[in-house]
Amino acid sequence: MTGLTRLQRLEAESIYIFREVAATAEYPVLLYSIGKDSGVLLHLAMKAFYPAPLPFPLLHVDTTWKFRAMIEFRDRRAKELGVHLIVHVNEDGLRAGVNPFTSGSRLHTDVMKTEGLKQALDKYKFDAAFGGARRDEEKSRAKERVFSLRSAEHRWDPKNQRPEPWHLYNTRKRPGESFRVFPLSNWTEADVWDYVAQENIPVVPLYFAAPRPVVERDRMLIMRDDDRMMLRRGEAIETKTIRFRTLGCYPLTGAVESDAATLPDIIAEMRGSRTSEREGRAIDHDGTGSMEQKKQEGYF
Amino acid sequence: MSAALKLPLSAPLADAPETTLLHLVTCGSVDDGKSTLLGRLLFDSNAVLDDQLTALDRDSKRFGTLGEARDYSLLVDGLSAEREQGITIDIAYRYFSTPRRSFILADAPGHEQYTRNMATGASRADLAIILIDARKGVLPQTRRHSYIVGMLGVRNVVLAVNKMDLVGFAKDTYERIVADYRAAVASLGFTSISAIPICAREGDNVVTRSTRMPWYEGPALLEHLETVPAEPESDTAAGFRFPVQLVSRPNLDFRGYAGTISSGVVYAHQPVIVLPGGGRSRIASIVTADGELASASSGQAVTLTLTDEIDVSRGDVIVPADTALTAASEITARVLWMVEQPLTIGQNLLIKIGAATANVRVASLYHAIDIHSFATRPASSLAMNEIGVAELVFDKKLAAATYAADRELGALVLIDRMTNQTVALGVVEATPASAADAPTETMPAVAVEGPAVAPVTGRNHATDRIPFWASISGRVLSGATLAVLVAGVSGDLMLAAGVGIADMVLCPVLTPLIASAWTVRTGGD
Repeated sequence: MTGLTRLQRLEAESIYIFREVAATAEYPVLLYSIGKDSGVLLHLAMKAFYPAPLPFPLLHVDTTWKFRAMIEFRDRRAKELGVHLIVHVNEDGLRAGVNPFTSGSRLHTDVMKTEGLKQALDKYKFDAAFGGARRDEEKSRAKERVFSLRSAEHRWDPKNQRPEPWHLYNTRKRPGESFRVFPLSNWTEADVWDYVAQENIPVVPLYFAAPRPVVERDRMLIMRDDDRMMLRRGEAIETKTIRFRTLGCYPLTGAVESDAATLPDIIAEMRGSRTSEREGRAIDHDGTGSMEQKKQEGYF
Repeated sequence: MSAALKLPLSAPLADAPETTLLHLVTCGSVDDGKSTLLGRLLFDSNAVLDDQLTALDRDSKRFGTLGEARDYSLLVDGLSAEREQGITIDIAYRYFSTPRRSFILADAPGHEQYTRNMATGASRADLAIILIDARKGVLPQTRRHSYIVGMLGVRNVVLAVNKMDLVGFAKDTYERIVADYRAAVASLGFTSISAIPICAREGDNVVTRSTRMPWYEGPALLEHLETVPAEPESDTAAGFRFPVQLVSRPNLDFRGYAGTISSGVVYAHQPVIVLPGGGRSRIASIVTADGELASASSGQAVTLTLTDEIDVSRGDVIVPADTALTAASEITARVLWMVEQPLTIGQNLLIKIGAATANVRVASLYHAIDIHSFATRPASSLAMNEIGVAELVFDKKLAAATYAADRELGALVLIDRMTNQTVALGVVEATPASAADAPTETMPAVAVEGPAVAPVTGRNHATDRIPFWASISGRVLSGATLAVLVAGVSGDLMLAAGVGIADMVLCPVLTPLIASAWTVRTGGD
């Protein structure tokens, strides 16, 4: 593979993974969570099967607390690319009134995201789900396989993972079992942004700095995206020039103060940054090993 | 989306020049300070950010083995079970980069029971870092790690002699270890071994050169990793090889074959042959989402179309019409067994090689290899983490090449059809075609009770090689000879037939018993 650049090697590796799944799984699906990693994932998938259309649908598990700009972006991109988008909401969770404020981030994520995802996978009988997770994101992800086998109950067993020498992926599974497949395993945050720039991949405008209404809460800057967010005593809405390094549910996603309004600005800021992108994600800080535990339970 | 259109976009990123990618594997045990070295490497190359440092300091107090001091190993020991036990169970991948190079580092567990994880980490590595505790020198595990790294084709090794502070930064200790190591691995085929004395906990010679070892004049570890030439992959002289991953038929007008070129360069209009079927055609076009290409080379994921409608399916390999590559129905492979249930002769499994999958039978097992002494010994089965050389017979022909010649079509995994577990990884040592050609042996095999290390002497297992059918016919022949003898002596035909058949049946049963008795005798060294 001499002669290929870093991004060319990463791109080819991801395309290989997409094709391997398309050749061996019955009902694959791409989990589309609207962020930059999902954008890259979708772009790579389109490339992998060109000139054929995408041989699987996109699935978005909507917690109903995503930024409005994300939902607009999602629907527009699906239409532009002519791909089949499935949106799934955990209606049981909605009826039970689960929300990030009174239920807490942990329960909200468990019910609306993890449970919602399992419901959708069961409902449509998907046997392979692509996710945009990268191994550089979080410690327990560093040990995740590219093809991660899940039991019929969607559980991940970190002690019983299949070895993946070279890229000889073992794609065999029993009825009911499924794979979570991570084509971006070997990408870093820097690779993702460099690739977004190189390929001119559209991303949600929230990644770019702009004046936005924010509330400071629990040492995070939360953007008040709609009036479901009640202000606590002493809190006030301020307008600050902010952007987001990752995107999730708006009440759980901290913004950073930044003037980076263009892709080169973002890339320069990231290279100089002293904090990781997941710093703003409340879910990662619920105790040591918390991500590992969520993954065992079926979180992506 | 043509390349020309992309240039203006990527041009402003000039401060982030296109870097190369180097795959590394680290081998060593927790006691060697491997996790500490990696944590240090990540920390000192600024890959550890403030919020991760805060978590590290919190974890150090809770799980660390250094009291209040920062325990860098906790940066890389990710799973809860590992942190509680203080051991690194599973392979973990780390990413860091310098302005010159990006690194993907497979952090492999050192303990013998996780040999399979180490081999997995080594399979894609361009370079291996072998860690040695300066107080202990070359240990059996050092030899084991080196053997696996060599088996998987890694040719560049960095010997990191750690804990130099605990031996008073003594030059003679270091030099003795380096000399011992070079002697120990002389037969493993490494093209370059660079030794560096380090102290991972304090950072000496990790990222910056140490002032405490003025006698060492070489580069610090990171400096070396940045500048070591990335090994070129399989040569292009053999012509391109294109394992077909997926047949793409979006409509009646398009039929393409999607895959990644595993070696060489493919050109439009080139005459090709499809293995194993043997169908001939020409490349009509090389299709990518960024436009059609006139040529494409190793590592590129493309879709090929052919000028003729011939039969091509997943697992086939498209090669130039004048290729020397042939399809094989049997191979000799060096395999590492990875599960509790042992490998046995006669076992039926699935093999995956390139994009092809077939049923495979373990026809014979030539020998197992003691990965500490590198000596071979007769074996009738392989236990978990054991390595042996086996004859594998497929139920159909597959395009296969030796691993030395082709890292794609020479690499394989074996899968259990019942449990779906990946039970072995392996490298092709010989195919019928390669056996007819020049010797291709890459790994040593030394006599059972010979010296600890012997030089490479070519295909030395050829002498004790007994192909399955040859051994069967040998048995029939010797049984029949015995029957004729008995008939001649006793004049009793029934007795003669009985003795002959008993010999045929019993001897294959006894041979493994004798072999395993032999194993017990020689295995304990």
